Amino acid sequence: MLSIKNLHVSINGKEIIKALDLEVNAGEVHAIMGPNGTGKSTLAAVIAGREIFEVTEGEILFEGKNLLEMPIEDRARAGVFLGFQYPIEIPGVSMTNFMRTAIDEIREYRGEKPMTAGEFLKYMKEKQKLVELQSKLSGRSVNEGFSGGEKKKNEIFQMAMLEPKLSFLDETDSGLDIDALRVVANGVNKLKSPDNATVVITHYQRLLDYIVPDFVHIMYNGRIVKTGDKDLALVLEEKGYDWIKKELGEELN
Amino acid sequence: MAKDEDKIIGDLTSSDYKYGFTTDIEMEFIPKGLNEDIVRLISQKKNEPEFLLEYRLKAYKKWLTMEMPDWGHLNIPEIDFNEIIFYAAPKKKKELESLDEVDPELLDTFNKLGISLEEQKALSGVAVDAVIDSVSVKTTFSDTLAKQGIIFMSFSEAVQEHPELIKKYLGSVVPIGDNYFTALNSAVFSDGSFCYIPKGVRCPVELSTYFRINAANTGQFERTLIVADEGSYVSYLEGCTAPQRDENQLHAAIVEIITHKDAEVKYSTVQNWYPGNKEGKGGIFNFVTKRGLCEGDNSKISWTQVETGSAITWKYPSCILKGNHSVAEFYSVAVTNNFQQADTGSKMIHLGKNTKSTIISKGISAGKSHNSYRGLVKINSSAENSRNFSQCDSLLMGDRCGAHTFPYIETNNPSSIVEHEATTSKISEEQLFYCQQRGISNEKAIGLIVNGYAKEVLNQLPMEFAAEAQKLLSISLEGSVG
Ligand SMILES: Nc1ncnc2c1ncn2[C@@H]1O[C@H](COP(=O)(O)OP(=O)(O)OP(=O)(O)O)[C@@H](O)[C@H]1O
Ligand SMILES: [Mg+2]
Repeated sequence: MLSIKNLHVSINGKEIIKALDLEVNAGEVHAIMGPNGTGKSTLAAVIAGREIFEVTEGEILFEGKNLLEMPIEDRARAGVFLGFQYPIEIPGVSMTNFMRTAIDEIREYRGEKPMTAGEFLKYMKEKQKLVELQSKLSGRSVNEGFSGGEKKKNEIFQMAMLEPKLSFLDETDSGLDIDALRVVANGVNKLKSPDNATVVITHYQRLLDYIVPDFVHIMYNGRIVKTGDKDLALVLEEKGYDWIKKELGEELN
Repeated sequence: MAKDEDKIIGDLTSSDYKYGFTTDIEMEFIPKGLNEDIVRLISQKKNEPEFLLEYRLKAYKKWLTMEMPDWGHLNIPEIDFNEIIFYAAPKKKKELESLDEVDPELLDTFNKLGISLEEQKALSGVAVDAVIDSVSVKTTFSDTLAKQGIIFMSFSEAVQEHPELIKKYLGSVVPIGDNYFTALNSAVFSDGSFCYIPKGVRCPVELSTYFRINAANTGQFERTLIVADEGSYVSYLEGCTAPQRDENQLHAAIVEIITHKDAEVKYSTVQNWYPGNKEGKGGIFNFVTKRGLCEGDNSKISWTQVETGSAITWKYPSCILKGNHSVAEFYSVAVTNNFQQADTGSKMIHLGKNTKSTIISKGISAGKSHNSYRGLVKINSSAENSRNFSQCDSLLMGDRCGAHTFPYIETNNPSSIVEHEATTSKISEEQLFYCQQRGISNEKAIGLIVNGYAKEVLNQLPMEFAAEAQKLLSISLEGSVG
């Protein structure tokens, strides 16, 4: 589904991602872990098409298409979703209106008929239930005045609404209380299917108790330095990043 | 960011006026230019009573002594009044009984505007007094309204049928010599609407007037007078859009509102006159004086305006809060794009005790346009315990446009409170990215964000009008990409 080869990304001439490779197939769940500032969010943003980052080398294929040549909205319409580490507020625009506009545009892109207002409301109710989102939130302006946890849940709600093929969830677990964490994880699990794939970026092993990944990648200094199964996260939790540094140092030597 | 903004600016500046079409309805003109004979001719053609001719002549003489105001943050080209035709009326064939008899071209025009009279009549129960150029063509619903004693008719008709009311109220809020354009309008006003709501009557429908400028070189001098007698209520809608053309056109309207004790008038405008093309050529010059007088205790006037059109907008819907406990509101969204210039705002003059006024102004500037808020809040020494709250926000799109705020505050009573807040913001690249990441195009995203920004004001509009206004906001900022 997603194939990244030798990706190099810079901002203002500073290289943030260096020779990164990643393969994600349909039906898989991946976790990316790594110290602060190693380029995890940057990777997700580049896949979504954020223009401030410059791809200097490499390629990203999504279902065989060159993602880097597609405008941001077309990537989204083709099924790429980004759960933001810091969701953006849009004052005065209700969540309902926001989602309605998004879904209308996506359906038009795919040559599908627009949903009627009735169909849309019914669909939205189902999805709210699925992710246990309080329906009153969708009457409010996009993320405006939402608590940290509500913002994160709202990202999962949008993911449920848009039914993407490939989701990058950037620290969607940060700042969540235990119950919210369970809700978010349940949401992600319910949305999982053989046709879609999820990449979670996280700092905490505990998320992976709920969302069990097929692969865990450790990102360090702009590249993926180690890949393993879910147990890698446990080792990491126990030994910390010094262990990786040491191991890397040895490799480098 | 820079790249993104350039794109947005490019899109915006290439957006074309959607309602640019003209209708070929036969017109009857009088000669170009302005002099005393022309004023007499207008009055004579309209078969006006003596007092009105005198009113016009007085205004004309006053106008001769006055000069164009130059204090606005505007660059106004020289206007040659000798090149303007001050009166044009569609040639009357006969009296019209029903819509079937209305010129099909005219109906077609309304259809293009999405305001078909039939639809309005059938669906929304809105009584429409359609003004094409200077003479009112068709008034609907007046019979129904008449049963409740509501008078809603063209100004010319009102002059014939209710001269005593016209004589009593005309110029009582906006005096002839208030400014250059009021003097001009008072001398040559062609037609407009008159509305009187009797004591204790709640007008059951929203009254609406659609104005169009339709003849080349014809100045538009509309006159609207709304009187709400004790304890009455009316919601009045004014919307307009003009055909595309090259020469500049002058529009100097006057709207006067009087609310007596316990009465309320809600006046909503969507203004979409032709703004000129991308290069800043053509477009309407819109010099409007709108003023309401809260004459009686506990009376209320609220102005809501969505201004997207005109090359130049010079407009300050104002209120005089004379009655004790009277309330006045001004809600405004003003969009300027390309080379448009807007200098708009409100004046709230507090005279009565415990009076309360609110000003919410949202400016949106794009392209190379200039958008100014100009407001005056004056608390007279007699206005004990009065309050004003003003909020003036500016939204900038791109960095070649300008937003300016000129708030003037005069308080002469220590027991009163005046609050003023102002913000300036830009549509952030993060917001656009967030929308686009959800599959929403750049253009739609801008529409969403702008409508969200203006929501507080749009919420004040009656439902059908709000939907139209939302579309208009997006259209005014829409590009021609794809
Ligand atoms: N807009 C920007 N301008 C300059 N530098 C940036 C920008 N965005 C990211 N960076 C830099 O790129 C590096 C990687 O940032 P990124 O946000 O991708 O890290 P991360 O792995 O997601 O970290 P965290 O775990 O703290 O979220 C950091 O050094 C950061 O300062
Ligand atoms: Mg991050």
